[in-house]
Amino acid sequence: MAPAGNAGTVRQVNENQCQHCMPLGAIIAFRGIAGAMALVHGSQGCSTYMRLTCVNHFNEPVDIASSSLNEKQTIHGGEANLKKALDNMRRVYAPSVVGVLTTCLAETMGEDLDRIIRDYRNGQETGCPDIIAVPTPSYSGSHTEGYWAATKAVIAHYARPTEPHRRINVIVPHISPADIREIQRIFTLMGLAITLIPDYSLTLDRPFAGRYQKIPAGGTRPLEIAAMPGAPLTIQFGATCPDNLSPGLWLEQEYGVPLVNLPLPVGVEAADQLLAVLEKISGHPRPESLANERGWLLDAMADAHKHNAEGRAAIYGEPELVYAITRACAENGIAPVVIASGTRTGRLAACVEPLLASLDEHPAVLEETDFAAIESAALNAGANIAIGHSGGKFFTERHGIPVVRTGFPVHDRVGGQRILSVGYAGTLVLLDRITNTLLEEKHGSYRRLRYEETNRTEIMEGA
Amino acid sequence: METISLPQKEGACISERQNSILTAGAGRKSIHCADDSLAGSVSQRACVFCGARVVLNPVTDAVHLVHGPIGCAAYTWDIRGSLSSGSEMYRNSFSTDMKERDVVFGGEKKLAACIDEIVEKYRPPAIFVYATCVTGMIGDDIVAVCKEATRHHNTEVIPVESSGFISGNKVVGYRAAALALMRLITPKAGEHVEKTQKLNFLGEYNLSGEMWLARRYLGEMGIEINVAFTGDSTVAALKQAPGACLNLVQCTGSMHWVAQQLEKEFGTPFMDVNFFGAENTAESLRKIARFYDNPVITERTERIIERETARIRPALERYRQKLAGKRAAIYVGGAYKAVALIRQLRELGMEIVLTGTQTGKTEEYATITSLLDDGAIVVDDTNPAEIERFLIEKKVDVMAGGVKERVLAYKLGVGFVDHNHDRKECLAGFDGAVNFAREVYISTCSPVWKYLRAPTGGA
Repeated sequence: MAPAGNAGTVRQVNENQCQHCMPLGAIIAFRGIAGAMALVHGSQGCSTYMRLTCVNHFNEPVDIASSSLNEKQTIHGGEANLKKALDNMRRVYAPSVVGVLTTCLAETMGEDLDRIIRDYRNGQETGCPDIIAVPTPSYSGSHTEGYWAATKAVIAHYARPTEPHRRINVIVPHISPADIREIQRIFTLMGLAITLIPDYSLTLDRPFAGRYQKIPAGGTRPLEIAAMPGAPLTIQFGATCPDNLSPGLWLEQEYGVPLVNLPLPVGVEAADQLLAVLEKISGHPRPESLANERGWLLDAMADAHKHNAEGRAAIYGEPELVYAITRACAENGIAPVVIASGTRTGRLAACVEPLLASLDEHPAVLEETDFAAIESAALNAGANIAIGHSGGKFFTERHGIPVVRTGFPVHDRVGGQRILSVGYAGTLVLLDRITNTLLEEKHGSYRRLRYEETNRTEIMEGA
Repeated sequence: METISLPQKEGACISERQNSILTAGAGRKSIHCADDSLAGSVSQRACVFCGARVVLNPVTDAVHLVHGPIGCAAYTWDIRGSLSSGSEMYRNSFSTDMKERDVVFGGEKKLAACIDEIVEKYRPPAIFVYATCVTGMIGDDIVAVCKEATRHHNTEVIPVESSGFISGNKVVGYRAAALALMRLITPKAGEHVEKTQKLNFLGEYNLSGEMWLARRYLGEMGIEINVAFTGDSTVAALKQAPGACLNLVQCTGSMHWVAQQLEKEFGTPFMDVNFFGAENTAESLRKIARFYDNPVITERTERIIERETARIRPALERYRQKLAGKRAAIYVGGAYKAVALIRQLRELGMEIVLTGTQTGKTEEYATITSLLDDGAIVVDDTNPAEIERFLIEKKVDVMAGGVKERVLAYKLGVGFVDHNHDRKECLAGFDGAVNFAREVYISTCSPVWKYLRAPTGGA
């Protein structure tokens, strides 16, 4: 379905995109697999655009190979180019895992990837990397779906029947490297060993080392992924993840690993939900440090609640983060007046539904939408703060509405890779940013506004 | 004959790329270039569609509608730092957002519906409709749809045949854009554009107001810009293009062909100019004055050059003292920019040890090579592995290039100058020469490198 228009009509045109395309999400997921590199099977531009988008957000080199298809191959097939690309990237990068991602061009050409890859592998002596193909045509979904599809494909590629062990599977949605590190820290503090996938916490946010690592160290190791079927349980932060793309559900259905599908732990309620699960499986209460973090968050919520009550937020971006931030806003008295995503999972609306009863007013919930629709809904609802990625920059430029930047991509501020918003500590950082943005607006305008309100007649007479 | 031997071990480069790399003053004189990128080489190039969009997007009051799946539009939304003095329409990104069923059943109907919606909502003076890989592949006839929409809506709906797969070279997209421009410019039957004494400025995209600065100089000389292609242009102004008496061409890669067409169609002569660097700017202004062959203009031109040169000299000298002897690398899109950068960095007393472009041609590389000292590396359509190797080997202090090169340079502790589409500082003209020098200085001589390059900085 096309974006919902102003008058409830179905619009065909997408005006200012809120999402990117499928292979981009898959690239990020592959960045979280140890030794992996992505190869985009399509024309040269696709990989370059995705590199640019990643580089602008993560401030890290993100090298992505391309099969650089041109007119000739679109007629005769891209097999030779794909094989040549594999050869060349292996020579320069020596990846141990290659994610071959299709584009709309390759899919429309009808490339038989499985056969081509099988054929390529058979032609190699030893040392051929693991090659995992993921169909990711842009016309089939956004980068969110691409991310889930690649994560699921990697798990499906490696998973083997495994003796039961104690390491818990943790599957994260597309969040920042800083958020991944925070989730790892929480599990460590709870004394739980985990296999977290995809782990790009060090590959897309590298400490300075004086040199460029073509394939940066870090990422989930294939050996660990292979053993995921032996885990006692999977915790997946994927409340909005569609069933057909859900890696956790796949593990449950194929190997009987129980799935606990949780929302991202943003906000005290969602973080409590996670900690309750962790306390139960670890059999011991949270350590004092985490208890303190919860206490600091509650303290901040009290300190800020009256400021936050003035917030009317337009929240947009990838469904999982939008849902999490919506809950965090609601529990702090910030009215979510627009809840929007460029992706259509069908789950976002269902997830926020139970929240709506507790709200004073009904927000606009938009899925598979564009910024033209988001902007118009936000203006209709009198939004005074926007929360989401840099695509919302026009909120400020055109309407003076400040944007708290979070999600992906953040290309007009530094530090996209280390925006923290999960756990008690992360929520506190996010909440402070939101509250302070509201305060900055307040302090910047209240003198003028109070004057105008109380002197309106004089102004009108003077005019 | 010495070529660079590429080690096959750590940091290995691809042997097929050997002919795309040469060393100035050492044997082989010509470079392999202007070809499709090598599969798997991690080229820094974009695609045909990208080439077309960056050329046309600065037309401020036109709607830019990308006919294809969402990605092509999303990645190119407002990516160029072209400024406008009026309409901001060009900063929006419209997409037909093709879905699977559109690919299966064809996207022409959806395209027509999108055009209808846009016309109804905005009534733009023109809509550029860009073809992408998929629409080209499934054979959507965008020319026919645009023709019908033009007739139906009585507004210009112009097809841009920029399917990404046509070539791995952005230059092919420049041509698609050029064809679209010519379609817009060429007077319709019964229309006539009067010749004037004004000039057109081709290949000038008004990045951070650079066209406005050139316009100020020209205005002082007594010369008016008719329209720039395409920085801060409007559809109506572009239609006046045939009325110019001269076409200046700055970005040659994107606009030489258009200039040739304008000469053929309307008899307008053209000349290459370059406003990057004080010397280039002065030379360009003199060249333009010579064309007008008017003593008043010549006198004013000399006065501007003298005044501006004197004004910026102290600042440039200050930076020169800080930068003399430092080693610089250049990797940019077009060759004209590389040539200008070589000259500018030289003016600052720096040594250029690496120069490369994404889209340079054989003769342009000959110029580049002739400008460089022996031992400097020249490279076409390079990639991160090669850039890394040369930055280290050549002990580069600062690099000038685009976003993808920036993060790589920083990872190696090398300074960086943004000379890309979305730059926010004006780098053209006399003022731009100072801004450029300042940017080279603040990055090359930043205090941060002391900590990063210290033995304990990089582990």
